[in-house]
Amino acid sequence: MSRQMGDSHRRFLQAMMGRGITDEQGALRLYQHCCETHKTQCAPDKLDDFIDTINSKLQPMFMQIRKGMSEDNGQQYYALVNMAETEITRMTSDYADNELELFRKTMDLIVSSENGKASSTEILNSTDSMTSKKLKKSETEHLLNRLVNDKWLCEKHGEYTLSTRCIIEMEPYIRAMYQDQVKVCHICHNIAFQCQICENPTCGIKIHNPCVARYFKGRTEPHCPACDDFWPHEIPEVRRPHTKSRR
Amino acid sequence: MTQRKRLSNSPSLSQNKRQSGSFMTQGDSEDATFTQPSTSQVQRGLEKVTSAQVDQKTAEVVQYFLVKDQKKIPVRRAELVKNVVKEYRNIYPEILKRAARIFDQVFGLKLVEIDNRNHMYILVNNLETTDSASPNEWLTNPKMGLLFVILSVIFMKGGVVRENLIWNTLKKLRVDQGEKHEEFGDVRRVVTDEFVRQRYLEYLRIPHTEPLEHEFRWGQRADKEVSKAKILEFMGQLHEQEPQSWTQQYRDAYSLSQGAQATTSSLR
Repeated sequence: MSRQMGDSHRRFLQAMMGRGITDEQGALRLYQHCCETHKTQCAPDKLDDFIDTINSKLQPMFMQIRKGMSEDNGQQYYALVNMAETEITRMTSDYADNELELFRKTMDLIVSSENGKASSTEILNSTDSMTSKKLKKSETEHLLNRLVNDKWLCEKHGEYTLSTRCIIEMEPYIRAMYQDQVKVCHICHNIAFQCQICENPTCGIKIHNPCVARYFKGRTEPHCPACDDFWPHEIPEVRRPHTKSRR
Repeated sequence: MTQRKRLSNSPSLSQNKRQSGSFMTQGDSEDATFTQPSTSQVQRGLEKVTSAQVDQKTAEVVQYFLVKDQKKIPVRRAELVKNVVKEYRNIYPEILKRAARIFDQVFGLKLVEIDNRNHMYILVNNLETTDSASPNEWLTNPKMGLLFVILSVIFMKGGVVRENLIWNTLKKLRVDQGEKHEEFGDVRRVVTDEFVRQRYLEYLRIPHTEPLEHEFRWGQRADKEVSKAKILEFMGQLHEQEPQSWTQQYRDAYSLSQGAQATTSSLR
């Protein structure tokens, strides 16, 4: 089903091109703003239909507004993503070849880690095995800052994770590149990096931290949903968005 | 009115001359490898490719423009043909036409040729700016705020100012071209290089000056994207004065916005 695009859709798309990513609340506010500006009907539960209309026109351009969950707070986000053949093409105009190589190495580290993180020390060490022009320590630090600023990576206490936008945009690429290593969350079936893992060696399923919080909420004796072994991890609290008082 | 005259002489608004213009570019080294194919050549070219192939190429061209537009860099026809269009150069006009249609219908952007000698294109916004969205976006982005101030000064001073006036104005706002600014870094570079490359400003040498002096004018992107009426409104608020009290500027702001609309719709 592809309905016609109007100026409200175009304005929404332009804003998404500027922002790259926005949370659900931000998307709803933007949707309202665009509809008011162009005097078109706006129903809060029709946001996804509205976006589908835009996506139907974006698809021939290999672009899409895709929805995904933040591994950090469990909220839904919308990101404008590029689906061109190699997902990294989007970055090639901003980063040099050796910078992209280091980004790939960082991804390797994050994907092969248990907790979805790579420390700055590990990343700095990985420059030793670079095949393109080797990055100096200061250059690597500068590059990591840029990757955080451009919203590809997140940093907390010297540890780097893939940003929500990066995961939403690169999910197909990651699934293809790391077929054997990547695991999906047992609850939401999306790729899981920052997560808890079942300690039963024959099971070992992964669940995102926010999905753990939601799934085990109010249960006194948490058990693995796959193998029924005791779930030995601390269960995080369900985090609610601050502004969401209506629901 | 003088402003208007200058504009109508500038290449950006004389699009209809483009066809004949392309014959004059042979001396231009960067463009020498590409001559605009004729309509019949395009027709013949289109018969040899599938419509899916044309769509694919169009999508690549659209992507290319969008990437360049993120940094507001104008796209040269020669580099577009060399890097993206490649073996489809014989149907280039058709591909550009389709890309322009997609920008218009999907993105609310207009593909505009700003230089018909070197064939340079930019994307400008088609959607009317709204009070709540656009000026805020401008003013929350510090660099755009800086640009807005400079464009305002140029406009209020009649369209062209010596560079010293700009540097002195900025100094009053604690932005000193000689010092490294914590937000903008090298202010001089941002103003005379970045804004100029993005076509927001023109920075030209004043002939017969010793020592060398430069002047600023609005660049072609500013002409297309920035509303003079909005600047005047902003000035009015700043000085608590009616915008109409600047007669010359008021006339310029309102006559030009009509003029610009009439001329840009024909650009492809």
